[in-house]
Amino acid sequence: MKVSFPIMGNSYVAFKQLVEQIGHEPVVPPLPSSRTMTLGTTYSPEFACIPFKILMGTYLEAIEKGAEVIISSGGHGPCRAGYYGEIHQRIINDLGYKTKVIIFDSVSMAFKDFFQKLHYILRTGNTSWWQFIKVYKTVWEKLLALDEIELLAHQVRPYEVEKGKTSEVYRRCLEIMDQARTRDQIREAREACFRLLQDIPQDKSRKPLKIGIVGEIYVQIEPFANLDIQATLGEMGVYTKRGIHLSEWWMETTHQSHNEEKAKTAARPYLKQMIGGHGILSVGETILYARRGFDGVVQLAPFSCIPEIVAKSILNQVSRDYGIPVLTIFLDEQTGREGLRTRLEAFVDLLQQRRQKRLGGAVS
Amino acid sequence: MGVKIGFPRTLFYFIYFPFWYTFFTGLGYEVVTSRPTNKLSLDLGVQEAVNDACLPIKLYHGHVAELKDKVDILFLPRMVSVRKLDAETFCPKFLGLPDMVRNSIAGLPEIIDEKVDLARGFFPLWKLSLKVARRLGQHREWDVWRAFVKGKAAQDNYIRHLAAGVLPQAAMETAVTGEPLRMPEIPRADLDLAILGYPYLVYDSFVNIGLFEKLAQMGVRAWTVEMVPPHRLEAQGRHLSKQLFWHFSNRAVRAAFYYLTEKRVDGIIHVTAFGCGPDAMVDKLMELEAKNRGNVPYLTLSLDEHTGEAGVLTRIEAFTDMLRIRRREHESVVSHHG
Repeated sequence: MKVSFPIMGNSYVAFKQLVEQIGHEPVVPPLPSSRTMTLGTTYSPEFACIPFKILMGTYLEAIEKGAEVIISSGGHGPCRAGYYGEIHQRIINDLGYKTKVIIFDSVSMAFKDFFQKLHYILRTGNTSWWQFIKVYKTVWEKLLALDEIELLAHQVRPYEVEKGKTSEVYRRCLEIMDQARTRDQIREAREACFRLLQDIPQDKSRKPLKIGIVGEIYVQIEPFANLDIQATLGEMGVYTKRGIHLSEWWMETTHQSHNEEKAKTAARPYLKQMIGGHGILSVGETILYARRGFDGVVQLAPFSCIPEIVAKSILNQVSRDYGIPVLTIFLDEQTGREGLRTRLEAFVDLLQQRRQKRLGGAVS
Repeated sequence: MGVKIGFPRTLFYFIYFPFWYTFFTGLGYEVVTSRPTNKLSLDLGVQEAVNDACLPIKLYHGHVAELKDKVDILFLPRMVSVRKLDAETFCPKFLGLPDMVRNSIAGLPEIIDEKVDLARGFFPLWKLSLKVARRLGQHREWDVWRAFVKGKAAQDNYIRHLAAGVLPQAAMETAVTGEPLRMPEIPRADLDLAILGYPYLVYDSFVNIGLFEKLAQMGVRAWTVEMVPPHRLEAQGRHLSKQLFWHFSNRAVRAAFYYLTEKRVDGIIHVTAFGCGPDAMVDKLMELEAKNRGNVPYLTLSLDEHTGEAGVLTRIEAFTDMLRIRRREHESVVSHHG
């Protein structure tokens, strides 16, 4: 079968290999572009959030490239994203396409359903469970490596001497990773990418501001959705750390790591109830960033995102209590790159002044 | 006694107020509600709430702000679930509502924000009532039980009246006071429209600018979610392979299926709030279903703080005109052949 999947950050490099090695033909949709956005907004409900719209556009572009099956993740609410697959499928049918959207809900809450769907995909690809486990391990290593490379890129960028160099090298790294297939090759490619990034000429005398990024997972991870905010800030000489990477999310969802607990505990005095999506984490992580001495926090949220609106109303109080500036950015199809840059520049200026004041105070 | 408990007259007020009112008064408290939504509650809400919130949430903030100085205790329950159905809960904004209010409005009195989570355990409503009573310092279980039973009776009464087509204000008065109901006159109507949406939009005549009166004047009989017989409403769940996550949304969607398949209406008006998260899903779902099940005309009426009377009027006038023209054309086609 021709199998496609959503684009979310750099993960498509790993998913492409996964689909291929379980015996299907991967259809990698084009990276999201303004065309994707136009297609998506045309056929989506007006108040669906930007992840819904970008995915809608991506699916339609994948269908144009011949995708017969689209695999995506689901959920059990209360965030709307858990229901997106259902609506996407209906819209796709309404447009007259036969493509099937297969949604994987959480393993723990829909155990049988999860394995039935997985079994179907493996069977149609003539892959045994044994082979699948081997493939899974390899792809997992690739996904981890991709995230490590991205993390390193964000560390290097604020020090780069030549603006834009890191992003250029990072793109080359993705190509290198795409070529690596076996576990040995992936390890080798990872080391090579690390070296490439570290060899970028850097000015270590800089003292970059530190900004933490919190918010909804999709707009945090997909640079097209957040207008490449981390690169933009990085090139302004700011070090950014975002709340979540896809490999971390997978570790949390499958209960292999428990970092989210820390954030939830931190959020408790302000918000006790799980409100779906990443709302409670936005509150908790802001507090953790404040404790770790970050200069500021940027909250990223899709326009009309319910959990993040709740988080925003609480973050005002957190910001006052912990003395950490928070900039909330709601993203939708109208958000412009330059408008965002202006807001970020103003925010960075403010943080810069705060830091100088603080340092000045310490000296006197 | 004289302890005053405040209950904002919006959101779940329209469905659950009779129970809580009877329960609290049964325990000897005075229940104070805010005034029906008006310009003041709207202005206060816009001022206090986070600006990205939807209209109903802003109004809730407004009602709380109006009440806060008039009462000793505010009752702002945290609505998590009211029944066991898959993962059904409420909109995330409802889940975080007490926290939003607390972090947005200054100078609040004591708040009772007990979790209403009826999907778990045995006799959940009784346990919840007991917890609330304990928070108020009532420890005599027998008294609490009596108030609870009275509350349940009032609530059942209320829901029955709603199902019979009585509008909430009248139904609530009967349920709470026990006085016999004056059945409203049934207006002469030649169109049946399903008016679907959340109770706090459909039944708040300030927010929807007197939608029901306007419809009645235009010769429309309005059918709401609450007018679907409860067991028929629940039976509609079979049309969806995956239930929605939000209680009120599930009710609205199921009502849509009922009015599309069992009791045919001439058209559907979906009343929604600008930027409502769950409704982005609900609206598309209803629209596609209405289209696929016999092309039933469908209108989305989106409300926000700037909604004007003329705008609403124009849209429903155009919609009903269109329905009548459509019917005439249909009749003339039939008569040609018959």
